[in-house]
Amino acid sequence: MYTQTEIIKDTTQLNSNGNEGELVINVGPQHPATHGVLHLVITLNGETIKKIEPHLGYIHRSIEKMCESLTYRQFIYVTSRMDYLSAHINNLACALCVEKGMQIEVPERAQVIRILMSELTRIASHELWVGAMAMDLGAFTPFFYTFREREVINDIMEQTCGARLTMNYMVPGGTMYDLHPDFQNRVKAFIIQFTSKVTELEDLIANNIIFQNRTKGVGVLSAEDAISYGCTGPVARGSGVSCDIRKIQPYSGYEKVSFEEVLEPAGDSYARYLIRIREMYQSISIIEQLIDNIPEGDFQAKTKAVLKLPKGEFYTRVETARGELGVYIVSEGGTTPYRIKFRSPGFSNLSALNHMVKGSKIGDLMATMGTLDLVIPDIDR
Amino acid sequence: MFSLAHITQIIHDWLYSSFDPTLALIIECAIVILVAIGIFAVLGLVLVLMERKVAAHIQIRLGPNRVGPGGMFQTVADTLKLIMKEGLTPDLADKFLFNLAPFLVMIVAMLLLAPIAFAKGVQIWDINIGVLYISAVSSLSVIGILMAGWASNNKYSLLGAMRSGAQIVSYELSAGFSILTIVVLTGSLRLSDIIASQENGWWIFKGHIPVIIAFILFIIAATAETNRAPFDLAEAESELTAGFHTEYSGMRFALFFLAEYINIFIVCAIGATLFLGGWMPLHIGGWEGFNHLMDYIPSSFWFIGKTFFLIFLIMWFRWTFPRLRVDQLLNLEWKYLLPISLINLLLVTVIAIMGWYF
Repeated sequence: MYTQTEIIKDTTQLNSNGNEGELVINVGPQHPATHGVLHLVITLNGETIKKIEPHLGYIHRSIEKMCESLTYRQFIYVTSRMDYLSAHINNLACALCVEKGMQIEVPERAQVIRILMSELTRIASHELWVGAMAMDLGAFTPFFYTFREREVINDIMEQTCGARLTMNYMVPGGTMYDLHPDFQNRVKAFIIQFTSKVTELEDLIANNIIFQNRTKGVGVLSAEDAISYGCTGPVARGSGVSCDIRKIQPYSGYEKVSFEEVLEPAGDSYARYLIRIREMYQSISIIEQLIDNIPEGDFQAKTKAVLKLPKGEFYTRVETARGELGVYIVSEGGTTPYRIKFRSPGFSNLSALNHMVKGSKIGDLMATMGTLDLVIPDIDR
Repeated sequence: MFSLAHITQIIHDWLYSSFDPTLALIIECAIVILVAIGIFAVLGLVLVLMERKVAAHIQIRLGPNRVGPGGMFQTVADTLKLIMKEGLTPDLADKFLFNLAPFLVMIVAMLLLAPIAFAKGVQIWDINIGVLYISAVSSLSVIGILMAGWASNNKYSLLGAMRSGAQIVSYELSAGFSILTIVVLTGSLRLSDIIASQENGWWIFKGHIPVIIAFILFIIAATAETNRAPFDLAEAESELTAGFHTEYSGMRFALFFLAEYINIFIVCAIGATLFLGGWMPLHIGGWEGFNHLMDYIPSSFWFIGKTFFLIFLIMWFRWTFPRLRVDQLLNLEWKYLLPISLINLLLVTVIAIMGWYF
């Protein structure tokens, strides 16, 4: 960790080494553009970025270690605190992994509810991202417009799950409760509101010449680099890499709904913006297909009170709003996992940042970092 | 008809009849200083509240609505809070320059109030080179900003100050050229002459398309010169936290903040004076009845109305547009605005020589 006095020493050392004109700046852990407590050490030459070094660990809570002392029912709740913007999908990944180990059949109804909730979460996450991204570029107003829609989703979540952010709704075998009776009506009302208001974002952001100049051709990531850095989710799809787990390895009944995997070949910040906007439309279409066809039946499979995974290794992966989330459980046959490892999308997406912004201006760093959609607790865990 | 000019004249006559001229002049100076400080404070309070209300309206929310009716005294409460806060000076800062900078910025803003005609006959100093005075003094504010950024011994501040320096120096050119178009048409640098020349129509109506182009250029340059979004690179929040005033707190921060808003008022007042006729009512040549009717609206109302319309425009920009990048900002000025304003000035000169304006 850098302290104030150390940094001053650092720069003088650099200057005495002949690297005159280099300026080392700490962006974060407290900084308005890092959306959390990301700490970047940036080496600048004037306004031009020479090197970026992310320093992680500021918000490390050792979630993976904590999970080892929690039972298979309990550890799922902790994972809501990783990528808190797709808490549902994190929980789903863990529940799927436990179900895979226990070989639990999940009822039809629970599967559909899971998809609905996942897609609502995805929309909420992308909505927040659009607002935050615009704020990184200096436009404050879109943030309020996107929060208006996100608020509706949060209300729907609150009604069914009892919480707005860390829902803990997915449990091994299905969902914790049944849907609220008003759920369908409210989701339908939301779809109408969303489709009528999302064009406002286009007018306010995408059609703005300043926004286009700030994002087109900025932070370009080629398809090869996206693969070699392990980027997933909208970041990789913005470079034309097909990586949607919902298509490649369908889970929880995604094979039964029809949707497109959105791809953009350009690889710049604008492409990543378009990907997320179009993914919201895809999510809406998935919800539209399912909202009137929720099968009757149980919302939860009958499971034992104490879950014990058989000895072995289990891995599942799902598509969160940020990319591929992998859950790897090593079981010794007990009631708690022997070892848990999460493969978080934010970590590998962040690793591409230095490559993307080297040689560009400070303003480009914010425009690029914004499009990576970093959630720092997801990176640090 | 109500006019502020009568009041000022009465005070002037009374002072000179009851005291000897030197003393009367000193008393007048003191009154003017007090009035200037009063305008400064009131404008600061009004503009900050206006900004917050405009922002709230654009952002589908209510804005301040707790302190006083409709949140009227919110800025008063904020100012009280800022006065009571501790003014920190960083350890490694250049203490003298660090403490001097906010006052320098504020003094520049106050000096600029002098030649502005607030209403018919209400002008602190009707200097014969008014326009030149304004462009000369307004460029001094960059010194205060550079001083603040350099003395803070903070890298964010330094970057912000350097950006601000590059920006203000560049955009001064096109602001100057667009002001020059009106000077060419009027043939005088004195602000009262410029206002008088718009008696039968404001320049934006009389001067054909070149003056409209000059007006648009002026608004863009004015937004940039006051470091407002989309040109707020000097304090780009998401990039440099708060730019050149990162290290300032308490009342010294408030002085920067106030100076920013006073500067907005001043550039808008100048824009209103040059292009929209200042305090001159809306007159249309030949429509005697209409002109007579318009004269019944006090001149101060016209001035304030026009100025606040322009201020509203600038606030509208801020809450709608994303920020430019620093190289795009300089490209815009040197590759587009400057050539356009040069050609535009040439066109206006032709118009002025041929007498093609109304």
